Amino acid sequence: MLGSAAAAMLLRNLIHSALLLILSWASVAAFYLWAGAEFAAFAQILVYVGAISMVVLFAVLLTRQNQVADVVIEPASRKRATTALTVGACLAGILSAAVVASRFPAAAVTAPATTVKLIGLELMERHGAALLIIGVILTVALIGATLLAATEAKRNPEDAP
Amino acid sequence: MTPLHLCLLISSGLFCIGLTGALARSNTILVLLGIELMLNAANLNFIAFWRFGPAPSPANGMIFVLFAIAVAAAEAAVGLALIIAVYRHQKNIRLQEANTLRG
Repeated sequence: MLGSAAAAMLLRNLIHSALLLILSWASVAAFYLWAGAEFAAFAQILVYVGAISMVVLFAVLLTRQNQVADVVIEPASRKRATTALTVGACLAGILSAAVVASRFPAAAVTAPATTVKLIGLELMERHGAALLIIGVILTVALIGATLLAATEAKRNPEDAP
Repeated sequence: MTPLHLCLLISSGLFCIGLTGALARSNTILVLLGIELMLNAANLNFIAFWRFGPAPSPANGMIFVLFAIAVAAAEAAVGLALIIAVYRHQKNIRLQEANTLRG
């Protein structure tokens, strides 16, 4: 999981990065399966590995450029990469030190018994309002995305040289 | 080293990789994917505390993860649509080139 994510962020070829990120999402789903959250694992596979990966690949292919122009690395971007690496390494050190130093109460031995029926009941009864709001958000976001991506940029007649 | 520690270490590693990618890369698609990686790390934490936490509730952590995945899907769709719209204007998706509005 971590290896493919790191490689995806390091590689220069955009298609390879996208495919490695799909591998990384799939291994996150495998982690969910290992932790006993089957429903979340299948949701992760459906949404990330199925849907978001397709959208990402479409965006990569639609915005593809000739590879030759991309070889030159500017010093500014190299400096930014160094800064980002420093920030990431510092944050990783701080977070892992904090995690290792903290003591948690004893964990439950068995996984919480969660069936699909229980999840459905919880979603519909206790979290019904949140479910409705999520539906509205998804609808609005998808309509907005379609509008953004589908409308041709109209050029003003006065702008033309 | 309990399983909870292990899960938290894995998720903090994933978060830092995503953060580094989002800060370092100049390709807009990869920046968006770094943000997605950070969201995934947060979801991993939810599942870890739901499974190995001190007082497990039946389904709370998993439902939170479902909602977070839904919001992440909406965010990815809007973000990629924005990228395509910007590309159509500028014929470029590098972050440094999108400085038309700079003061």
